Amino acid sequence: MAFKRQIDRLPIIPADAKKHNVTCHYCIVGCGYHAYSWPVNKQGGTAPGQNAFGVDLSEQQPAETEAWYAPSMYNIVRQGGKDVHLVIKPDPNCVVNSGLGSIRGARMAEMRYSTARSTQQQRLTEPLMWRYGSWQPTSWDDALDLVARVTAKVVVDKGEDELIVSMFDHGGSAGGYENTWGTGKLYFESMKVKNCRIHNRPAYNSEVHATRDMGVGELNNAYEDAELCDTIVAVGTNSLETQTNYFLNHWVPNMRGATLDKKRLMMPDEPHATAKVIIIDPRRTVTVNACEVEAGKENVLHLALKSGTDLALFNAIFTHIAEKGWVDRAFIEQHTLREATTRPPLYPARGVADSNPGHLSSFEDAVEGCRLSVAEAAEITGLDPADIVKAAEWIAMPKDGGKRRRTMIGYEKGIIWGNDNYRTNGALVNIALATGNIGQLGGGCVRMGGHQEGYVRPSDAHVGRPAPYVDQILISGKGGVHHVWACDHYKTTLNATEFKRVYNRRTNMVKEAMDAAAGGTREDLVNAIVAAVNGGGLFAVHVDIIHSKIGQGAHVILPAAESGEMNLTSMNGERRMRLVERYMDPPGSAKPDCLIAAAVAQHMERVLREMGQDAYAEQFKGYDWQTEEDAFMDGYHKHAHNGELVTYDRLRALGNNGFQEPAQRLEGETIIGTDRLYVDGNFSTDDGRARFMDAPWRGLQAPGKQEQMAKYDFLINNGRANIAWQNGFLDQGNDFVMDRLPYPFIEMNPDDMESLGIKEGDLVEVYNDAGATQAMAYPTATARKGETFMLFGWPTGPQGNVVNAGVNELVLPNYKQTWGNIRKIADAPASVAHLTFKSKEYSAS
Amino acid sequence: MPKCDRLVDVGRRQFLRGSAATAAGAVAVAVAPSAPAKAAGAARVDYPSSRLANVKDLKKNVPLDVLYPDADAPGVLLKLGTRVEGGVGPDGDIVGFTIICPHKGFPLAYSADKRTFNCPGHYSVFDPEKGGQQVWGQATQNLPQYMLRVDDKGDIHAEGVDELLYGRLSNVL
Repeated sequence: MAFKRQIDRLPIIPADAKKHNVTCHYCIVGCGYHAYSWPVNKQGGTAPGQNAFGVDLSEQQPAETEAWYAPSMYNIVRQGGKDVHLVIKPDPNCVVNSGLGSIRGARMAEMRYSTARSTQQQRLTEPLMWRYGSWQPTSWDDALDLVARVTAKVVVDKGEDELIVSMFDHGGSAGGYENTWGTGKLYFESMKVKNCRIHNRPAYNSEVHATRDMGVGELNNAYEDAELCDTIVAVGTNSLETQTNYFLNHWVPNMRGATLDKKRLMMPDEPHATAKVIIIDPRRTVTVNACEVEAGKENVLHLALKSGTDLALFNAIFTHIAEKGWVDRAFIEQHTLREATTRPPLYPARGVADSNPGHLSSFEDAVEGCRLSVAEAAEITGLDPADIVKAAEWIAMPKDGGKRRRTMIGYEKGIIWGNDNYRTNGALVNIALATGNIGQLGGGCVRMGGHQEGYVRPSDAHVGRPAPYVDQILISGKGGVHHVWACDHYKTTLNATEFKRVYNRRTNMVKEAMDAAAGGTREDLVNAIVAAVNGGGLFAVHVDIIHSKIGQGAHVILPAAESGEMNLTSMNGERRMRLVERYMDPPGSAKPDCLIAAAVAQHMERVLREMGQDAYAEQFKGYDWQTEEDAFMDGYHKHAHNGELVTYDRLRALGNNGFQEPAQRLEGETIIGTDRLYVDGNFSTDDGRARFMDAPWRGLQAPGKQEQMAKYDFLINNGRANIAWQNGFLDQGNDFVMDRLPYPFIEMNPDDMESLGIKEGDLVEVYNDAGATQAMAYPTATARKGETFMLFGWPTGPQGNVVNAGVNELVLPNYKQTWGNIRKIADAPASVAHLTFKSKEYSAS
Repeated sequence: MPKCDRLVDVGRRQFLRGSAATAAGAVAVAVAPSAPAKAAGAARVDYPSSRLANVKDLKKNVPLDVLYPDADAPGVLLKLGTRVEGGVGPDGDIVGFTIICPHKGFPLAYSADKRTFNCPGHYSVFDPEKGGQQVWGQATQNLPQYMLRVDDKGDIHAEGVDELLYGRLSNVL
């Protein structure tokens, strides 16, 4: 039977409950919620005067009511050292979600640490140190002392390149401006750590270097643009699942025609209709289905191209648009580079340099370089030529009266983690620039995003470009100390089979050395660790909210706080910045990452002085923060563009709607933000003019991909699912989620399953030359033969195990183009036997 | 206007392009509970035992509209035709569910072909053959299912619900 909570009654929020602003800390969309809390020995009543809603709760409430919350929105947590009831429910007045709660965000309360209700007992509550052959609780001072002594010894003796750092760079969850600043200041200001990487990729780089190099920041529109456009183009993004309430609250109304009045009001003098939608994705997703339901099949074009051929498709569309003259000439003349630049000598095989694998130039030059006929593109992509032409028409063919079409392009991991990232990204931005669709109402060429953003750090220029391929550094036995901040490469890196094998071996060398030094002094222990490091071992310090999979290799583990356990600021996919107010205590002695970074710095300073390294020690001053707000004021307030206008008090006053970055000015105490970027046509280049990219197709770019495709039977496409957040780091402790996903699913064509003797729910092994992993087979009638889709990053079967080490020139991983074979391991295990394997697609009947 | 009709009405107004007509039909006629609902002071609510139908009233794969635990709580009884875990009746194939989506309270439509309950609001899909498990969707709980008992006469009684119903903070108001 499906999991049921057997909860049939919840405490009622009293009228005088505390109410805190909360932005959901999971996906990029950042839905507004409120956290209500009140003493555990009190409760509200059903009479209107006795509850927070002022309504009679003895009556059934209607659909979309504000006056209801699910059991997943309730918990009992600690606040100021006392147990309180907690309800976290969607905010109907937040412009992002208008009261909608996703299957992720609407579980926030249930995903909080609670001793009273035994939820998220996996959370770390105190520092742990490898001692006596396992992890033992210890004090912060004891743990930090060992971290500082080993780190200082290694970097003083062998240089800062011996310190490898994996650190989140995002907002939401364990991120936020406070915490990216804290870690950034430690590693980029006090030190100049070069060998660092980000949570989901093996280097410290941008996922979208191309659009930035072209002068187009990747979050350049407003969610409202999805309500205003004529056409939505969704590339490699399954928005109903991964940006759920952005899709439901802003895309769907345009498909239904509910925004027509708004369109006519804001954009008079041109014809308006309901939105058309183009979806570019090898897989038929639930997003495609929902668009067909809402817009009608005649208004939805699903281009199910061959995996990895997006660049060819974009170039054919760009060519067709240019040939038809459906371009915005005035925009091109006024706001883009007008003189062609010389093509690099080895182009297209090689770019200007590995640091610049493209060729930025003028519109005309790009048209020439990207030129690809519809017929050629149809051959490469496997698409119907007529559909490519139709896509070009829906994007750019002028409306009645010659008015320019307003087209919003959203893209995400389908191309970011896909073939030839740099040029593919550039080729897509070409289309938006040529049609004048950036900085316009109903326009934008934007990342859809995964998590929220929250990046303010000192310069990372010393890292260089291309940035070091950190996983390969670790695999090759280099680096002596590894600091890991809320990253779990065991689940979310490429080439993970090999990475884990080496990481286990190298960290075990240090564990054995620590075991052998048991009973000795601190100096003995440090010497033993350093000797092991010099012999090829790796000393690992992990800062996280849970004891992660990669944390099995850790020697010191430091417990961090999360959003809501600390005040935390982030921005969403339309640059909307909000403050999540602290509404509960962190577990045990867990602290905000920024304050942990500060404590590491302070211990480094102390230890370095003891070592006689006074000058170096001086670099670790400036961390006298008492609270996360101090880190915010030291970081964002001083260093973000117009950050001096932004304070906690002003953000608190703006509630769940916040403001859209960058801040422009104050009106009184109210921060006025920026709805859209580039409205003035002044782009992010030295001369303010955007660049086009000469980006010809060059096949599967990353090493080993072509060979893998030839050798194995199945495409192992991969990505996210609605129900799960990221790699399941909290979901793995949630009964509702793990009941549904005891293993990652792999969607397979039913005929393929039959030919391999696989039944629904069977446990299968996915394997290739890079490694192996496991999944439960999910028969999917719409899956094409030879093409599968596996849940990414799941703890019980990481897909990264079978992704090879191939990256592009800028060290962007290519998770999507993975091929492997599949064999049955076992009949559906007991945890799977009760699951449904019906179609995920909604139908009206 | 009865509140269950208000729930339906929202579906009708908001989802013209979806399956509103189908959804609206789902709760048109329903059997009233035979015992009045009552609140209680116990930790779990005290459910009424309500006769909802007789096994003879059910046709295979055709949902029968019912109300439980009170007149403001629409649901269905469903004879699936195949024995399922939690099923009752001589063939172990009778189940009962609320048909109000636990995400935002929209009325679900039954797809006889797929044997799923589908929500026209935000596309959630629930499987009555698997205890109301959400196949895919937005809700943070699986579909609330009735605890059923069939007596010697073949009368089907509902005697509890296993998840919180949408729109009420106590299953029995």
